[in-house]
Formats: sequence, structure tokens, C-alpha cells
Amino acid sequence: MGIFHHFMNLKAVYIHWGWFQISITNLLVILSMLLIFGLALVLPFPGNKKGKEKK
Amino acid sequence: MSDRRTELESAPWSGRTRRYDLIKEGVVAVLVITIVVAALSTLFGSPDDKQITFKQWAVAAPADFYATTVQELAGTSGTAGYGAPYNHASDGVNLGPLYLAKWLGVTHPVDTVNDFVITPLTTVSNAVPVADALKQWQASDSKTQSTWATNYDTALGKANGDTSKVAAGNYGPVPTLAGGLLTMAQAGSLDGALLSQGNYFQSDNTKQTLFLGDGNYFNDQSTASNLQGSTWGMMNETGRYPGQAWLWLYSFWYQIPPFNNGDNHPFGANADAWIMVIMGALSMGLVFMPLIPGVRSLPYKIKIHRLVWKNFYQEENL
Amino acid sequence: MSTQIEKEMWTTKLRKGWQKNLPIEKLLPDTQPAYVASWIYLFGVGTLAALGVIIASGLVLSFEGASWYHYSSVGHFVNSMHFWSVQFFFIFMVVHLWGKFWMAAWRGKRLLTWITGALAFVGSIATAFTGYLIQTNFDSQWISYEAKDGFNSVGIGSRFNVTNFGQMILLHVAFLPVIIGVITLIHVLLVRAKGVVPPIDAFNNELGERK
Repeated sequence: MGIFHHFMNLKAVYIHWGWFQISITNLLVILSMLLIFGLALVLPFPGNKKGKEKK
Repeated sequence: MSDRRTELESAPWSGRTRRYDLIKEGVVAVLVITIVVAALSTLFGSPDDKQITFKQWAVAAPADFYATTVQELAGTSGTAGYGAPYNHASDGVNLGPLYLAKWLGVTHPVDTVNDFVITPLTTVSNAVPVADALKQWQASDSKTQSTWATNYDTALGKANGDTSKVAAGNYGPVPTLAGGLLTMAQAGSLDGALLSQGNYFQSDNTKQTLFLGDGNYFNDQSTASNLQGSTWGMMNETGRYPGQAWLWLYSFWYQIPPFNNGDNHPFGANADAWIMVIMGALSMGLVFMPLIPGVRSLPYKIKIHRLVWKNFYQEENL
Repeated sequence: MSTQIEKEMWTTKLRKGWQKNLPIEKLLPDTQPAYVASWIYLFGVGTLAALGVIIASGLVLSFEGASWYHYSSVGHFVNSMHFWSVQFFFIFMVVHLWGKFWMAAWRGKRLLTWITGALAFVGSIATAFTGYLIQTNFDSQWISYEAKDGFNSVGIGSRFNVTNFGQMILLHVAFLPVIIGVITLIHVLLVRAKGVVPPIDAFNNELGERK
């Protein structure tokens, strides 16, 4: 059993907008995906700028 | 897209390269993900709501179990009226002129009267009134059986499920049979009988699932966990665990007109079929997306790729 | 003479085709084009790594049997590993898909790479679905009860019976992983064979075009 097993098995909390509703957990998952996509695009990537020319 | 450009884009890269350790990348990725997943597992565990048994249903909601049993005998339950692939009771769902389930036939036959009620009762030794009721039932023809069951189902409905308020009528052994199945379920024997179905090895839970779903108790448990399809339930998990966010689009169609209204014809009443077709088409659209004009040119119009290849464009003056 | 006879052999044809399209240097390179320099490129390998954890935890679960994890704390932990790695699998796969779309990664005769990737996505959803059905808990009971209507409505339920536990568990641990495994393998080998797609407009100078 997880350390926060009891907390995780309580009823989920939902956010409602009209006919749309989503659990906080699912919302966090989707927002995280958008965030990591955005970060992956803008964060500088390390690496040697001077590469080798292929023969 | 010019042929020359395609030739250049498909040729092996002859420009600048950088060092790349493919195996190390793979190993590091597996290690990192294993550690993160192990941490989440340690902290949060995983969802595992206990399975519902017939015993649980019959003890927690005996009136609901009893009324459902009567419906199974009367042929008015959801399963009894379902149609293919379980029985011939209805034409089932259709896509315009296409009755695909009906045409493919009854491949998983379910007889609610015998499979759910009569056969299980014959597997136990019942109290004398129930044993006598069984004998009376089995000695009668199907028309008589149907009359008894339909009468009692109607009367029980009028009494709002309260057996003490049911008017006198021609019900035959139906009330006693239903009471006998309730007793059997509360003792736990119905679970065994429906699980084995007379066999030793058995791995098909169809009959159990259909019977369970015919009642309100099972559905109420699902509503309590917000798993109903009409409230985006397809995306949800029990408890506070992440669900199936990737099913968002499949779940979406059930929330909007005409699909969210079962009385709407033809789309609401056949929502399951139409939404399957829509999702099948959209999935094919995703698979063959590079062939779809308009969609395939979006990356050229919304230039997110300028961020991906920012350094390259700077260095090459592009 | 003998060269003439060799060319006609299927084995030789296969070997030569393989050596031409996917020599070992392409399969296990130690360089990559300089434009492969963005965090977005990590989501493909991230998806594969998550799949590795899914398979490893899944193998333990299958060895111990379908009900083990309900009454064993080690089993519960392994089930949790399987559960969370599936979450990351889909998260990384979708971000990978977003990236590849905006990079128009099907360019340069890479249509089949896109097709196999999208098929792997759709197939993974189907495989995950059978996994949810075999949890032998309340969630499985409910999902099978609901999902039967979708499949029955288009006739698929006549052969694919979601309430048949025996069928679903065999599909989940044998049939579908083989199919997804093959599609994924083809997808990865195509990436190796064709190379990572060059940037959009990379050849504007050669072609004399302005962006």
C-alpha cells in the first residue's frame, strides 16, 4: 500500500464548467503534459555547438 | 512539396553531426523512469477497489436484488431485452440501415430466466417452499410462466418494490422463487453457482456481469465513483488516481447533443454505434493524417518547429 | 555463374536489402545530425523506456497470476509500478506525437514512420483497455459492463467479449503485446533506417527558396 494510500482512495474532487467536468488529478496530468511540451521547446539544450562535418 | 525537396529530406544527412550515445540514452531513460515510477508507487500505491459480489448486493440492497430477479423472470431487465449478441429480444442498436449486432447473431446466448434464476436455484437444496415453487415453475408451460412473472413484475413496480404492498394477483411461484434467490445470494451460494455455471474450469464472467448490471446497486456504486459515461466517466479512475486522459475524445461525444439524449432518434438512441464510427474515422484520420490536406499543412502555418530547431536556423541563417 | 545463382535466393535478397537499408552503423550510430538538439527529442526514448517498465512489471504480474496483487504487498507494489508506468507511457507518447506533428516528421518519405507510430498509439490504447478489464476488481466489473455496449453496437462484441475474463487476459498478455511489439519495432527501425527528419526549410538555400 502506498504511504498516502488513504488519501488517494478518498473521493476525487471534480472541477465543473457547464457540461464539462474533470478530476483534479486528470487536470494536473493534462496541464503537466502541456507544460513539459512547452518547456521542451523553449529550454536550451546542452551540447557542443561545434559539431563535426560529415565526410 | 517539391520532389527535389523530398529527395533532399530523404537522403542521409551530410551536414554537421554531434556525438550520440544511443545505448546510454536508453539505459539512463529506463533508470530514471524506473526510479520515478517506484517513488510514485511507494507514495501513492495504485487503485484497487474491491470487486462487488452478489452476496454484497443482496445484503446491502435486498429490495433492489429482489426486484431485479423478478425482472429477469419477466424478461423486462436490461439483459432480457438487449438483443444480440445475447438474445433475440430486440433488434438492438443500428447505424441507419445497418443492424450489425443483429446480423452477426446471438453468439453469446443468455437466457435470463434459466441462467440467472432457475438453474442457480436448482444447484442448492432449498427450503421446502422454494423447492415446491421450483417444481411448480418447471411443471408449467412457458406461457404460464411468462404470465405469472409479468403480472408480478408489474405489481411490484406499482408497489415501488415494497413486497408488503403488492396487491393480490396471479403470480404463481414467482414471489417465492425470487425470495429463494435472494436467500441464496445473501448466503454467498449464488456467487459460486454463477461463477462455475456447472463447470470446474470457467473463465467467462459474461452472465455475472450482465445480471449485476441489471440492478441499481452496481450502477449506484459507479455513480458514487463518478464513472458514468454521461459525466465523462470513461476518463475517470476510482479514488484520486489519474484515469485515462487519453480517452477524452471518446468520452466527449457522450456529453453533447444528440448523443447525450437516449430519446433522440436516430442518433441518441444509437449513440454507442455512431460514436464508435466517429472514433474509428478519427483514428484513421490520425493514422493517415499526412495525406489530409489542410491538416498536414498546419505545421507550416503555425511555426512551432522554429523553437525545436532554433539553434540550427541561427547557425545556417535560415 | 555462382553469383547469378546467389542473387536469386530469398535469403540473399533479404540480407542485401537489410544491409542496404539498415546497416549496423545506422542501427547503433554514435553520431546524430547536429539539428537533433532539443528536449523534444527525448520523448520517443521516454515512451520506449516507460514501455520497458510496463513489460517488466507486467511479466512479474503474469508470473504470479491474476489475483496475486490483491493480497500481497509486494504484488501491490508491482501493480503500482505497472499502473504509473502506463501513465508515463501515454504522457510521453502523446507529447512525442505533438512534437512530431509540429515538426511535420513524415517528410522525406517518412509516411510509414508516422503511420506505424499512430497505429502503435491506437493499438496501445486497445492494449491498455484490456489491462483495465483484467484487474479483477470493481473497476474491471464496471468497465466491462459499460464497454460491452460500445463493441456490441457495431457487431465487434460477437467475437470480442469484454466480459469474458479469460479472453481479455490472453489478449492483454499475449496477443496484443505481440502486435504492438511488432508495430513499435518497425516504427523504431524505420527511424533508424531513414534518420531523424531534417528541419523544415533546411534545404531552402540549396533549393534557392526563401521561407
